[in-house]
Amino acid sequence: MARVITVVMRMKTSDNALARAAAGGDRDAFSCLIARHYDRVFGLAFRLSGRREEAEDLCQDVFAALPVKLRAFRADARFSTWMYRVVVNASHDRRRRAMVHARAAVSWGEVELARRAEAEEAAMAMDWLQRAMSELPEDLRDTMALVLDDDVTHAAAGEVLGVSEGTISWRVSEVKKRLRAMKEAEA
Amino acid sequence: MTDELDDLKAAMIAATPRPDAARKAADLALAEENFARLQGSTDEARPMSERGPMARLGQGVKAMLDVMTTRAGLTATTGLVAVGLVMILPVGRDLLAPPVELVEPGTVVVTSDRDGQALEERTVGSALGNESLSDPLQAPSPSMEAEIAEGLDFASDLSVAQRRAEGQALGKVASAPQAERLVIADDVAVVRESDTEVFSNAAPSSLKVTAEEPVSTFSIDVDTASYAIVRSSLTRGMLPPAEAVRVEEIVNYFPYSYPESGGPDPFEPTISVMPSPWNAGTNLVHIGIQGDLPAIGDRPPLNLVFLIDTSGSMQDANKLPLLKQSFRMMLAELRPEDEVSIVTYAGSAGQVLEPTRAAERSVILAALDRLEAGGSTAGQAGLQQAYQVAEGMTGDGEVTRVILATDGDFNVGLSDPEALKGFIAERREGGTYLSVLGFGRGNLDDATMQALAQNGNGTAAYIDTLAEARKVLVDQLTGALFPIANDVKIQVEFNPAEVAEYRLIGYETRALRREDFNNDRVDAGEIGAGHTVTAIYEITPVGSAAVLNGPLRYADENDRGAGGELGYFKLRYKMPGEDVSRLIEQPILPEQDVVSDDAVFSVAMAGFAQLLRGDDYLGAWSWGDAIALATGARGDDAFGYRAEAVTLMRLAESLSR
Repeated sequence: MARVITVVMRMKTSDNALARAAAGGDRDAFSCLIARHYDRVFGLAFRLSGRREEAEDLCQDVFAALPVKLRAFRADARFSTWMYRVVVNASHDRRRRAMVHARAAVSWGEVELARRAEAEEAAMAMDWLQRAMSELPEDLRDTMALVLDDDVTHAAAGEVLGVSEGTISWRVSEVKKRLRAMKEAEA
Repeated sequence: MTDELDDLKAAMIAATPRPDAARKAADLALAEENFARLQGSTDEARPMSERGPMARLGQGVKAMLDVMTTRAGLTATTGLVAVGLVMILPVGRDLLAPPVELVEPGTVVVTSDRDGQALEERTVGSALGNESLSDPLQAPSPSMEAEIAEGLDFASDLSVAQRRAEGQALGKVASAPQAERLVIADDVAVVRESDTEVFSNAAPSSLKVTAEEPVSTFSIDVDTASYAIVRSSLTRGMLPPAEAVRVEEIVNYFPYSYPESGGPDPFEPTISVMPSPWNAGTNLVHIGIQGDLPAIGDRPPLNLVFLIDTSGSMQDANKLPLLKQSFRMMLAELRPEDEVSIVTYAGSAGQVLEPTRAAERSVILAALDRLEAGGSTAGQAGLQQAYQVAEGMTGDGEVTRVILATDGDFNVGLSDPEALKGFIAERREGGTYLSVLGFGRGNLDDATMQALAQNGNGTAAYIDTLAEARKVLVDQLTGALFPIANDVKIQVEFNPAEVAEYRLIGYETRALRREDFNNDRVDAGEIGAGHTVTAIYEITPVGSAAVLNGPLRYADENDRGAGGELGYFKLRYKMPGEDVSRLIEQPILPEQDVVSDDAVFSVAMAGFAQLLRGDDYLGAWSWGDAIALATGARGDDAFGYRAEAVTLMRLAESLSR
């Protein structure tokens, strides 16, 4: 059956309505949707990897493949949650490929110190962040990448990662514990 | 929130860079390009959607794009994409400025294949800088303004970010035009690489004209993985990808009770003919096969080797922990003389439990509890080791099986998929079978799961919940582990005097060549104790208004006068341990057997699967019709599987709106 193609010229339509229209072939809705979400996706991509280059590559992968992925979206779930899941999955995919191909340490594990000449203090902060993140196991790191975004609730993070809300809360407290231990070790 | 977390958050916010405007513009443009291409492409993900005038229009555009390989042509298409971008974002006057200006004339865009080899270089021409394109945006129409006002919050956010990044990015382009090369994978690679989940499927079998192709041959399939994948997708609020839907696995997921054989064969086909629920004028030929259930007390001792993936990704709650719980439940079903061994791969390596009698429950449970995902030891030859252990355990008349549990990491020691299949097939000949259990989503390699289980005379099941574990490992343990017939093949010859057209619903991945039916060396599916298998054909009687193909002017007049038989059914199988197949055959008569609730329910499931797949043979038959048909045929439903299916159908109905 021929799909009905609706032309939507609305700028302030809900994400879900746009996503459904885009999944149905509406190009305008698609453009609007990706422009709206690019920056947040980039932020998450950075938090997942800790490297700008990695985040940029991940973003390219995610957006290039989005038209195909979007066909599967017709959900009552929030679009942003769905989108985050796509990003997290793509990130895992890249990590796995990197592991398979090079067995190289990736991303947060690979400390690139102060690439840009920044203030001493900022560099220090970055250094601490690098260490904190690189010492976390992968699942905790992914959890942090999500929950450090104010808009992502524990429930939503659980949905993205395919675990329960309780697991996320447990992981967050685990991270706190580890950060505290790290601080104590420094003191 | 505690201080630690706030520190981390503050540091993270400080560290997170703004997206590079040029990259952003390029990514968005690429996404739009892929989107546009997808609308008009003959992508295999939607095999049956390209009918009708709209689709043909799209194909024309695709053909046009394919033909335009000259520089001028490519420039024009790139221009078109940019036009699309400009038109689409009337809000973003600010937003738009960077993409238009950033892609300076002369910027080189490289299209590359998977290996990164440059295939095409194209120069972005002046079309991108076309000033007149952005003019209408300076004065949005009043009706648009209202909507823009609502959208301002995010637009202003974005534009601030854009402005900040703008200067920096522009500088980059200006200072190093050659360095600003965007490597874009070609569209096919983009589509394939981005998806980690690999599904095994083939295009839906097409309608056959009986006079041209009277014989249909396929291998039976008792796997159920597809249903569990569909359920997992639907309960997460998404329609499953069409290629994850295998009709026969969705139909065969449910236990049916077809009549058991009274004769010497381990099963007997029950064939019924009923009007098709979705097309007036066509009928369904429903073939149900019930495997006998040997007395459980008589079963031979069982040797099980669990080969467990302990890679880091297995630590999710729905993977290793679920697997442990599942095995604990299964252990209760084993008998004291059965033996269990556990071998792990990827992560921790090696044999973690020596062959142990099921009577020593505490030893087995302790070993199971010690399993942990993660660790860095490279996966060693896990599969070979598992088979070695299995062979050491095999005694006379015992059944030995390796059970591979994974979330998609098949790094079991043999990396070449063909070598892996060959290895498993060779061991199958030695009497050691392999079953595969899939856990978790995201990395699930359904295609490899299927291939391995098929080669190992085993089943592939996907376990997403404890209830599913119970069904696979407890309720149906006997069937899953004790084959009663190997290499079961079905061949149906339709009578062109009665049947004008026919179509096998499902079994696309199990199709066999006509000559394979009598060739005992060709492998096919197994039936376990108590398993049921259902196959459904949709047939169009000669003279029906529903015939889709007109008669051939020069075809032979067919008048074999076979007493009104619709066709002839043949089935070949081997008894376990035998090399020579046995044959069961019977004619298909127009009125055969009473249609049971079981048969109706299986038809409803076949309809459900076809709807999920977007098949276009169903006409106006809707989700509602499928739900009504299934609801009316739920029968006893002792385990509640059918009630669950109806719930899933309702979910799918709302998701598809």
